[in-house]
Amino acid sequence: METYYNPEDLVKFPSVGGGAPELWKKFNDWYGAVFAAGALTEREKALIALAVAHAVQCPYCIDAYTQSCLEKGSNENQMTEAVHVAAAIKGGAALVHGVQMKNAAQKVGL
Amino acid sequence: MRSPDFDASLKEAGRFPPEGAQPLAADGISTLQINLGRLCNLSCKHCHVEAGPARTELMPEAVMDGVLALLEGQGRRTVADLTGGAPEMHPRYRWFIRRCAMGGAAVKTRTNLVILTEKGFEDLPEFFAENRVEVIASLPYYSEEVTDRLRGSGVFKGSVNALKRLNNRGYGVQGSGLALNLVYNPCGAFLPPRQKEIEADFRRELLRTHGITFTNLFTITNMPAGRFLTFLERSGNLNRYMERLRAAFNPSAVQNVMCRQMLSIGPDGSLYDCDFNQMLGLKCGHGAPDNIRDFDIEKLKHRRIVTGPHCFGCTAGSGSSCTGAVAGQDLKPPRSAGLYRSRNRAYTSDMLKKETPFIKDEECPVCKNREEDCVCCPECGHLCVLNEGELYCPVCGPKKPRSETAAP
Repeated sequence: METYYNPEDLVKFPSVGGGAPELWKKFNDWYGAVFAAGALTEREKALIALAVAHAVQCPYCIDAYTQSCLEKGSNENQMTEAVHVAAAIKGGAALVHGVQMKNAAQKVGL
Repeated sequence: MRSPDFDASLKEAGRFPPEGAQPLAADGISTLQINLGRLCNLSCKHCHVEAGPARTELMPEAVMDGVLALLEGQGRRTVADLTGGAPEMHPRYRWFIRRCAMGGAAVKTRTNLVILTEKGFEDLPEFFAENRVEVIASLPYYSEEVTDRLRGSGVFKGSVNALKRLNNRGYGVQGSGLALNLVYNPCGAFLPPRQKEIEADFRRELLRTHGITFTNLFTITNMPAGRFLTFLERSGNLNRYMERLRAAFNPSAVQNVMCRQMLSIGPDGSLYDCDFNQMLGLKCGHGAPDNIRDFDIEKLKHRRIVTGPHCFGCTAGSGSSCTGAVAGQDLKPPRSAGLYRSRNRAYTSDMLKKETPFIKDEECPVCKNREEDCVCCPECGHLCVLNEGELYCPVCGPKKPRSETAAP
């Protein structure tokens, strides 16, 4: 069965750098720095990445950061809570725009 | 392109020893790890020994006598590291420990903890203390849900009970001199976290929730052997896990792998470089004696190690051994962790059990080119960007094309 997503494509990610190798290098240098321990630990950053991966619904990132979180000592309970954080933000973002709806309804309503 | 062969990886890394000129070799024998048998009260899902209540292999007393003679011949403070199965279930276990201790050996015993709560074994904490035995206890995680999923229902509660008994006897209590070390295994097909970080988690949670203290925590990578290998095969994780181990190869870990200082003795007296080789049926080789009756320290202390693809398990990331991580804890695993996935290779369990080379690639599985045209990094194996005849690796930086680096 053909699908848009193929797990084996993740390893081909560097091929995206073709045609703009300098930009690819800059991306990688920055990416590595982002995930290095700083004010936040590597584990905290991996959990954030996992949550964001769910918010943006990137299957490659969900796969990669599930593995990364486990390898940095997280567990399914922590990871599930992180997914809920993503869901809460996405859901909350939808809900708070209801204020716009209220405003618009009030404007045209008697 | 990183070789799938472990010895070739050492040579490519150029780091050991010295400068990759030689294969992996022992550097003396400070520890005899003695497998007393495969009998165990548990049947853990990740057990590389495939131990369980139905196993019958136990070390005969004649072999135990041979081991004791070896220990006495090796001199004082050789470590006698007892393992199994559940070594406690050997009928001559206590006698053996007393004899080891009398001969001056430093005795360590592995334990699954639950055995210490069973009838006939409940006084072992006292016995251990009397004989100054170091206790190395398996506890895959600090939660009941994860531990029981791996080891069986009720195991976590039994482990907590046993740990409290050990604490009550002074084990793991600061100043007592009685070492209680815990062993963490990942509960699946992934690498262990940094040892110091997971140790801090265990210390906090076990103290907070159960009032339990311990001396150190060791992280041990799951090896592709025994029940864990079966799990990898059945779950379709074998290729991915082996690639993970290979991609995380850390040359700095090689110097301190346990086989360089240890000799593993099987229940029948066979000699192995390590417990994993024992379970894979890989006896000592390259001219070294492979049975205790032929023991010759001169032929064994600098023996060439019998390696295989499973050796990547002990050299991945921070490395792994019977006493935990072996490389610097600040050393980060290669960038293949996280966003990038390693390439797939067709591993089979037969390849893991035999010391045979892999089938030579005719086509690179990643870039689909023939080997001489491969555009994957010759050092780390990641797909590169080819720009005006030069390769750019996202992990290692600019590289010469493989056609210019291949050996004649």
